[in-house]
Amino acid sequence: MTDRTLKDRAAIVGVGATPYYRRGRSLPQTTMDLAIKATLAALDDAGLGVDDVDGFALYGGNFVDTSLLAQVLGIPSVRFTAGLTGGGGGSAGSVGLAAAGVATGMADVVVSLMTLQQANMRFGASFAPKSAGGAGAYSAPSTPEYVFSSNAGLMAPGQMFAMLVQRHMHLYGTTREHLAEVAISTRNNAIRRPTSLMQEPLTHDDYFSARMISEPFCLYDYCMECDGAVAVVTTTPERARDLRHDPVYVMGAAQGGAGRWGQAMTWMGMPDEMFATSGHRPIAKDLYAMAGVGPADVDVALLYDHFTGMVLLQLEDYGFCGVGESGPFVAEGNIRWPDGGLPLNTHGGNLSEAYIIGMTHVKEAVEQLRGTAVNQVPDAEIALVTGGPASIPVSGLLLHR
Amino acid sequence: MSTQLPSTTGLLPPEFVAFTASPATEPFWDAAREHRLVVPRCSSCGTFRLPPAVFCWNCRSLDVEWIEHDGAGDLYSYTVIRHAVIPSMADVLPIVVGVVELPGTNGCRLIGDVIGCDPESVHIGMPLLLDWYDVADGSVPCFRPRA
Ligand SMILES: [Zn+2]
Repeated sequence: MTDRTLKDRAAIVGVGATPYYRRGRSLPQTTMDLAIKATLAALDDAGLGVDDVDGFALYGGNFVDTSLLAQVLGIPSVRFTAGLTGGGGGSAGSVGLAAAGVATGMADVVVSLMTLQQANMRFGASFAPKSAGGAGAYSAPSTPEYVFSSNAGLMAPGQMFAMLVQRHMHLYGTTREHLAEVAISTRNNAIRRPTSLMQEPLTHDDYFSARMISEPFCLYDYCMECDGAVAVVTTTPERARDLRHDPVYVMGAAQGGAGRWGQAMTWMGMPDEMFATSGHRPIAKDLYAMAGVGPADVDVALLYDHFTGMVLLQLEDYGFCGVGESGPFVAEGNIRWPDGGLPLNTHGGNLSEAYIIGMTHVKEAVEQLRGTAVNQVPDAEIALVTGGPASIPVSGLLLHR
Repeated sequence: MSTQLPSTTGLLPPEFVAFTASPATEPFWDAAREHRLVVPRCSSCGTFRLPPAVFCWNCRSLDVEWIEHDGAGDLYSYTVIRHAVIPSMADVLPIVVGVVELPGTNGCRLIGDVIGCDPESVHIGMPLLLDWYDVADGSVPCFRPRA
């Protein structure tokens, strides 16, 4: 373990984004248009140009065709292209991969990005087979494994994660009040930001009168379905020192998970002691070990929030509270900005700012550590960013200024 | 224990049911057609595995025996689907999807719709028994409350 470290061997120097749009509203732009706009914005933020870029580190399958991206951008020389397997679990991990690229000398300036347009597909039904009207990102002919869950009607991520959270409620007495706290506190952060798609406060009444989608999740337990792109530029610490902003250093990066967590929500066969978790415990362990810090050192947490309940499970897996204690932990106001002990998703998250599959969380972490966030945590020095609880790989990133 | 279901409410519409199979999973669906639940067990180390897979995840053996199980078990977790993410499913909602742990199988779980009861009465730990939902090409496991 001692030799396997990325600590302080890479830095994030640029972040950029397109405007965020409701599902389908980014037309007639293409996903490639959005990707290029975000990339150029991130390079500009860094004080770098297209000619400096020589690598791409991505995640989430084939959302971005790096060959076309490099061709359209006119990159002089590509030296490194890599991507995490899996889906939204890899958002934070894509930056870890970029760090690995620059730390090993395979590239100097690596772009990580997500670009998303849901005009012709819905992530909300992303596991529905095409035979069931599915047009999601992962919809495909059924597999021999997947029919064991799809034949019961389990076809949407929200339905699947509801199972994990339902069991957490049963085991530990977690309630919908606790889920509501995540939704409401995140919304309160979002409404202070002009970039957020959600600009109205969410009241307790709004939450409890919303339609139930898949118990225990109601409408406001779900993230949004959005269009947009976010890009992040990573380089070596040496190069980072001369650029536009103070570098944000990679302190720790980890990805993967337990093999028997596996496909997680599409098979439901995870070992009992892992079932009501986010699958992130092995990531947390590796991450803290690499960074040499613990949960008490984290000043701001940007936890992937596709569903409110999965934020609770991550709070436990990253050790901010004990197993089963995340409900009371949030009820005590701990995750609220600015007064809570662990301000969470200060940008409004996937739930209320925009859902760009977790990359807005990386952008917010960088802004917090630069001291330029809209909802700034005073003197924030260390930020935790996570990728989506999902099938493996899931991922995490610890950053410091 | 075949049941003619009074309506399709609470079950996936038959046109969405798929029997995509591999040589490893085919015996499961063949037995299901006869309303028998079989779970593969490693002949080498005795570990059960679901969904069926060629290799034992514990010892990587290829040797397998198919053990018949009555399908009675307790509800491990569930969700009540109230809103049709897929619009064409609106007519069959609510659907209660249950995860049921099969006793004596080192924690193998089967996913099936929980029918024959008020969704409001469903709870984790609820005793269930196995039933079968017959569609044109085969049968799918589902569950009912056990007295
Ligand atoms: Zn074995």
